[in-house]
Amino acid sequence: MSNSNSSLNFYQAARGIKSWMFTLDHKRIGIMYLVAISIAFALGGVFAVLLRLKLMVPGPFLFSAKTYNQLFTLHGAVMIFLFIIPSIPASLGNFVLPLMLGAKDVAFPRLNLASFYVYLLGSGFALYSLVAGAVDTGWTFYTPYVTTTDTAVISMTFAAFVLGFSSILTGLNFIVTVHQLRAPGMTWFRMPLFCWAIYATAIIQILATPVLAITLLLLIAEKTMSIGIFTPALGGDPVLFQHFFWFYSHPAVYIMILPGMGIISELVTTFSRRDMFGYRIVAYSSIAIAIIGFLVWGHHLFVSGQSEFATMLFSLLTFLVAIPSGIKVFNWIATMYKGSIELKSPFLYALSFIFLFCIGGFTGVVLATLSADVYLTDTYFVVAHFHYVMVGGTVMAFLGGLHYWWPKMTGRMYSETWARVAWALLFAGFNMIFFVQFILGSKGMPRRYYTYLDQYQPMHAFSSVGTWVFGLGFIVMVVYLLRSIKHGALAPDNPWGGLTLEWRSASPPILENFVETPHVATGPYPYPGPHQ
Amino acid sequence: MNTPILTESLINKGNLFFPEAASTFASGVDNPFLMVFWLSVIFFVPILVVIAIFLVRYRRKTADQQALAQITHNTKLEIIWSVIPLILLIIIFWWGFNGYLKMSVPPKDSLEVRVTARKWSWSFNNLQDVIETTGELVVPVNQPVKLIMSSDDVVHSLYIPNMRVKKDVVPNRYTTLWFEAVRTGNFQIFCTEYCGDGHSSMLAVLRVLSESDYDRWVLAQKKKMQQVLPLNELGEISAQKYGCLACHSVDGNSGVGPTWKDVYGSKRLLADGSSVTVDDNYIRESITNPSAKVVKGYPPAGMPVFAGKVSDKELAGLAEYIKTLGNKK
Repeated sequence: MSNSNSSLNFYQAARGIKSWMFTLDHKRIGIMYLVAISIAFALGGVFAVLLRLKLMVPGPFLFSAKTYNQLFTLHGAVMIFLFIIPSIPASLGNFVLPLMLGAKDVAFPRLNLASFYVYLLGSGFALYSLVAGAVDTGWTFYTPYVTTTDTAVISMTFAAFVLGFSSILTGLNFIVTVHQLRAPGMTWFRMPLFCWAIYATAIIQILATPVLAITLLLLIAEKTMSIGIFTPALGGDPVLFQHFFWFYSHPAVYIMILPGMGIISELVTTFSRRDMFGYRIVAYSSIAIAIIGFLVWGHHLFVSGQSEFATMLFSLLTFLVAIPSGIKVFNWIATMYKGSIELKSPFLYALSFIFLFCIGGFTGVVLATLSADVYLTDTYFVVAHFHYVMVGGTVMAFLGGLHYWWPKMTGRMYSETWARVAWALLFAGFNMIFFVQFILGSKGMPRRYYTYLDQYQPMHAFSSVGTWVFGLGFIVMVVYLLRSIKHGALAPDNPWGGLTLEWRSASPPILENFVETPHVATGPYPYPGPHQ
Repeated sequence: MNTPILTESLINKGNLFFPEAASTFASGVDNPFLMVFWLSVIFFVPILVVIAIFLVRYRRKTADQQALAQITHNTKLEIIWSVIPLILLIIIFWWGFNGYLKMSVPPKDSLEVRVTARKWSWSFNNLQDVIETTGELVVPVNQPVKLIMSSDDVVHSLYIPNMRVKKDVVPNRYTTLWFEAVRTGNFQIFCTEYCGDGHSSMLAVLRVLSESDYDRWVLAQKKKMQQVLPLNELGEISAQKYGCLACHSVDGNSGVGPTWKDVYGSKRLLADGSSVTVDDNYIRESITNPSAKVVKGYPPAGMPVFAGKVSDKELAGLAEYIKTLGNKK
């Protein structure tokens, strides 16, 4: 089974800085993305801890209102554009997708490297905007506020514009890879569900991102040349910007969550030794979410003054998205039924995903309900809902995937004990920060407030203390993961007993992934056990 | 906080989720919310229990333990768990939509109030009784009130938690909302669309009065309007009207902008290194063209330009008002 002695792994295949800079290997590009998005995540996290620190008390404290506004804007912009959109697809997806498909690489390796450099270029503009006058508009860049502020809006929106192209290139690459490079015998319905999820994500990436690109260009044109597209003083329509922006940014939340759902499907099957319950339905539900996700952007504008008829349709369509998401949750649980369940750290993340994503989903139903949304929108309730889906969902799934594929990526095992400690800290810290924000929001606390009524103080302080627990969890994780690279036990090729193709490669894989191209004759999860 | 009138507590009054309701919309908002909440509990608790049972019962005890069964689908079960939630969701949709429809159609006999939002204050122009107020909206109880709203600058949003209403206030366009208060009291008004440095200070108060109290208030306001005010009092009113006090304190605390306490006649160091003595002309220029001479340590374009918005009389009034807060000349 093991090929690791007979051939050099992909780290050993070439040495030196140039071998990384000019690599066309999807695994190395995945690793470079992983490092880059981790740095972005740390940066966005520091902003979050700082702004929560300010919110310990009402009134002026630590920062001015302006600095606070810059902090929450940068937290959002960095987390969304530099971290969460590229996170799973560009790092784990890049590394694992070709392996799972039994391919040697992605379809366009040069494009893959180009996407990474475009990402770095975009990040460069984002970092420049930090120095040149950090943006204070909120990551949503709403007009006309954005045209009145003197902060570095142009470099930040241009950064998002450039980063969008990185996302498009990755998506395009993955679509062609899935179509063209599946191993012999791997039909569409023999593909692992993570590949389905990445495929659905890629469709959104290439269809929705151009809309963001053109919107941001229009915004830059408006800001520099005062054309009058969005600026009311020049006859423009500020609400038009909101439509354009959410036409991308709502599908974008599915770019963020779908790959996470794909990871959970992999974790549940492997750690239950079970074939996926309702495989086809779960695959189709990813596509359904991708399609319906394009038709719900107006639910961000229920109180904007858009027509009541449009509002009704957007509300109805939003309710419909809940169905495929709910089906996935039921299928994951049914997959555990009569399984052989091992509670390893990746599976703990999968369980916490299901728990937190359910809360995010239920509160999403509350927000889809029109009369309730009128009351709750733009309060902390929305902040909490969003973070339950994006952090409780996507980030937990990302960490689950990271712990699942870490032995494959590095060839080393991390400390399972410390992994559990970190998981417990993250789970507890996360709920401390955000659960209380549901109550804050339903009790009327508006979002993006520098100061607040004294009566909200105890709940704010509690939430802020949660960020320390959450942050400690990440510090522990960074320590044991980095330590494992040098001191961890050597990883076997298949530490978890997974049946998808990536586990047939060596840990870490050889440059061309497989010694012999795998042939596929069954579905992705042919675990033994009596069929019923 | 600049709110002089104490508002009803949002946290301590009401139930676990909501501040105490004070409008006819409450049932249309709170009940669908509570229904979704309890349905979520009904779904979530069994989900967690089932997961817990599976984790215990099917826990791997030996390394080579296989699954007890491989079940790839169960059509009946899948239809049940798709169709039942779908039906429930459509019912919830309909309930929420009905509540929303009620909010969308103001009754014909509503008291109409024009609302102007600007960085960072609210003005309310009561069309029926011809009274303009800033920072407080005064309405009679059991009377539908229709707000016709527009913004002078960026997008704002008017939010009154106790009334369960919210609507964006957009420049170059009118949006409307209505509500009918069912009990008297002072209720908090927030801005809920991010609008810059003073966003979280852009507060106002909704005062709901009994019919007789409201009539008395209208009379008192009319009387006040006929009086010739001393200039410094006019200035104080203007300072509230234009939202100056959201950033400039009168008690010496530093805010988004410098405090007004003891500022008249004092020497201020400017951002460009020069200095200036605060007199009538400096005050006038700082209102009409704020970025001309910015005090060191404050944002260069932090304040909106008020040229053409504040009348000459009000400018004089503001200078007189600032003088009363401490004069070093």
